[in-house]
Amino acid sequence: MLETTNKKCWKWGPFIFGGVAGVVLLAAFLGELHFSASEKFCISCHEMEANVYMEYKETTHYLNKSGVRAICSDCHLSHNLVQKVGRKVKAANELLQHFRGTINTREKFVEKRLDLAEKVWAEMMANDSRECRSCHSAENMDYTKQSRRAMEQHIKGDDEKKTCIECHKGLAHRLPDMHAIDPSAVIGN
Amino acid sequence: MKRHTAKGLLVLIGLAAIAMPAQAEELKSLRGSRDLNVGSEPPEINRLIADDRPIPRNYVQQPPLIPHKTEGYRIDRNYNKCLSCHSWANYKQAKATKIPPTHFVNRDGKELANISAGRYFCTQCHVPQTDTRPLVENEFEPVKALK
Repeated sequence: MLETTNKKCWKWGPFIFGGVAGVVLLAAFLGELHFSASEKFCISCHEMEANVYMEYKETTHYLNKSGVRAICSDCHLSHNLVQKVGRKVKAANELLQHFRGTINTREKFVEKRLDLAEKVWAEMMANDSRECRSCHSAENMDYTKQSRRAMEQHIKGDDEKKTCIECHKGLAHRLPDMHAIDPSAVIGN
Repeated sequence: MKRHTAKGLLVLIGLAAIAMPAQAEELKSLRGSRDLNVGSEPPEINRLIADDRPIPRNYVQQPPLIPHKTEGYRIDRNYNKCLSCHSWANYKQAKATKIPPTHFVNRDGKELANISAGRYFCTQCHVPQTDTRPLVENEFEPVKALK
């Protein structure tokens, strides 16, 4: 009797072990995805904490009348699992640059800022401001409830098939030197 | 009789002397009538007027008032958020008022190709409005030429 039980265990053992290991690994993977999308994780790097996070704290996505917040990952990480993992793979470069110290001082960051901002803008242009729209849905946005100026601009933007980031730059962080982008709105010639 | 009048007068003066400090206490500064060692009453929070029509000027050289909210509009050497609508390149698209040519002249009277540094910081002269009422009533009226 004992022998037969042992034999059965031997037969199903790998499956049970595999199942448990699978669940544990999946949980670890999802847990890591979740943790690495947290604000705590993002600002654990000095580059993020001292520059973009400090600026973000002055803006409406951090402090506003209703207390709803959008954290780093809400705007900079896709909410779709496959795209999220893809972005995590790309983040390997960010790790590399962190250890190389590419922007480890304010001066280096400011100098590199236009380049970095343009990359993020290009990404948002390409995906039609996907992360913005995961909260700000165009279908649910009642223009008639907006201020007159906002309403006019939003209707015009829709007609011209514009995407959020085309007008709403520098919303959650300060802008880089914009001479190259809009010289009419910057001091100097 | 005379004695009585004199006594009455004395009483009156005495009463007035007692009443005087009470009257002084009624004096109120803008801070309110609280003692100095007590926290002052918090002022009412005034809200920026979000979206108004252009506000008429009260005198000829008045910098036009800003008829909309400007919260979060940064002006620094990298960018001037106001000019993203009010610059010559952007005003048509934004349906905004464009900055006048006077803003392209520096303090020595030299004409510049872009906005003058002395005119770059818009909010030094142009201010948004809040829903507040005047602290003191007044009968100010705009000059006749602007009525």
